[in-house]
Amino acid sequence: MSDELTPQTPAPVAPVFETKKGMWSRGSGDTSGYGNIERRVAMPGQTAGPFGQPWDAVHARATELLPFLDGGLVLFDRGELTIFVPRERIQEAVRAFRDDAHLRFEICVSVSGVHYPQQTGAELHVVYHLLSITHNRRVRLEVTCPEGDAHVPSIVATYPMADWHERETWDMFGIEFDGHPGLTRILMPDDWVGHPQRKDYPLGGVDIQYKGATVPAPDQRRTYN
Amino acid sequence: MSTDYFKGDVEADRVYLAQGGDWSEIAASQAERGDETIVVNMGPQHPSTHGVLRLILEMDGETVTHIRPGIGFLHTGIEKNMEYKTWTQGVAFCTRMDYVAPLFNEAVYCLAVEKLLGITDDIPERASIIRVLMMELNRIASHLVAMGTGGMEIGALTVMTIAFRERELILDFFEAISGTRMNHAFIRPGGVANDVPEGGIEQLRSLVAWLKKHLPEYATFCNENPIFKLRMQGIAKLDLTACMMMGITGPILRSTGYEWDLRKSQPYCGYETYEFDVVTWDTQDAYGRFRIRLQECWESLKIVEQCIDRLEKTQGQPVMVGDKKIAWPASLALGPDGQGNSFEHVRHIMGESMEALIHHFKIVTEGFKVPVGQVYQAVESPKGELGCTVVSDGGTRPYRAHFRDPGFNHLQSVPLMCEGGMISDVVVAVASIDPVLGGVDR
Repeated sequence: MSDELTPQTPAPVAPVFETKKGMWSRGSGDTSGYGNIERRVAMPGQTAGPFGQPWDAVHARATELLPFLDGGLVLFDRGELTIFVPRERIQEAVRAFRDDAHLRFEICVSVSGVHYPQQTGAELHVVYHLLSITHNRRVRLEVTCPEGDAHVPSIVATYPMADWHERETWDMFGIEFDGHPGLTRILMPDDWVGHPQRKDYPLGGVDIQYKGATVPAPDQRRTYN
Repeated sequence: MSTDYFKGDVEADRVYLAQGGDWSEIAASQAERGDETIVVNMGPQHPSTHGVLRLILEMDGETVTHIRPGIGFLHTGIEKNMEYKTWTQGVAFCTRMDYVAPLFNEAVYCLAVEKLLGITDDIPERASIIRVLMMELNRIASHLVAMGTGGMEIGALTVMTIAFRERELILDFFEAISGTRMNHAFIRPGGVANDVPEGGIEQLRSLVAWLKKHLPEYATFCNENPIFKLRMQGIAKLDLTACMMMGITGPILRSTGYEWDLRKSQPYCGYETYEFDVVTWDTQDAYGRFRIRLQECWESLKIVEQCIDRLEKTQGQPVMVGDKKIAWPASLALGPDGQGNSFEHVRHIMGESMEALIHHFKIVTEGFKVPVGQVYQAVESPKGELGCTVVSDGGTRPYRAHFRDPGFNHLQSVPLMCEGGMISDVVVAVASIDPVLGGVDR
């Protein structure tokens, strides 16, 4: 099924969270004079080596086994290595990461999603955390897909433990894992509509009235972000 | 691919509703039919499923041919909620996930936030000692619940009553130090909420003495008890290959004899400076996991004693990071009526310093900003690897927080452990995983 997915060109870029205006709280009058400042918030990290050992070795070996990773996005931040993998190659990539003796990431500890609505064409990210018990190290793989075509090949064939994690990611973010043995909702009720952890899905809640004053629901309150 | 999930379902031709007291009728009716397959729906409200776990079993007589766990009944949207709260408030949410081991949830989240802030090395030594102390006591409490409820489920009711007796004393100590027995929100980004109270060390010493006196009872009750051994030995076997395949960590992995403990292999909070052993067993079964849990209580006690020594040496040192832009301003104090604000602090901000008041107000309502980034942090919880992924967009709230609960991952292996076995062993298998549904469903 992975052949049907459109190859992603150009190479993925670091996720841009959002464009922030002003310096202070949003949704309130800004009297600071900084209201017109515009900032683009993107994921930080060193994109080219050397990252130091063992990360250089991991990256070099991965690129050697999977030539398509060459020139792709890599982020090294706070001692953690993130390798962005084109989604149509993720199954191939995880197989190499598990089976190669120099990589040997036996366990995929977690699969989770992140929603970056501002990153057009790559709104949804799937984050895989791999753990190598043999070498005692971790690596993070990241795959992106557009909201309109939220399909990512399943890695359950390589990492059976990713089964429920992928179901949770489908449940919460609406990312369809093609080839998953039974992609059903896991935390929300079976007949639930929508995917709650997407950024455009409201938190819900009601206004609270207390001693005559009204406190808005948590997602309606002023933010200082 | 998306709509035909239920096509394979076959309509049941007879449905029994067991409400209690009508078991013989059901058994007689089923025997009369001579039907080979019966589907049993166990839970979500079942005393032996450790909370609201639902197990769907397909049975041939008393043999389980298929079993599928169903989860999600305790999903409370903790991860989503945390996106609308400040970084510090997030602790009060995530502590409620695995409510039997709340301090591990807090610790892993705070360690992740500290990694994002880049202040991991700035955490005061005394704060790390208190964290380790709390986590190890919590590990004992969690293992006591695992052993106690596990024992109760196979009829060893006394194991449960004595386990809760010991746990109660640990919770008393938690109450003395944090103000609450569970859901503490005690470990905060940058350190811990407050220091050990006056008399805390004495209480801790008597707690350790109590545990040392009473922990041997579990070994006496269970270790060589023939009924206990018959119910546990050779049950819920999972060998190393299966553990690797299912990503299993914690006591289940260690029951295969593999020495894997994040406290040793990827230390955090200064665990590399404590002396303790990783407990392993080689039987790969529920009995081995029980023995590991029991022995780990002793290892945790060892660490707790080392913590007491260190706490005495570091008396008076700070328990919160020095950076006032991050540190929670109020120093809490323990009054006669429970925990509250420190009188000194309130007098300072209300009566002496306008700037201190502004600072207090700003950091409590707005919170602090965390640099943009994404990190993963893992700790060795009593159940296995507890992981936390946090993403920050540079704001005062988590952009995304995701928790990898060991129970969530481990429940996937229930079919591996139970299929082909007897129905009575299903409860033993589930108990040996020790899932806590608050953590599984988050």
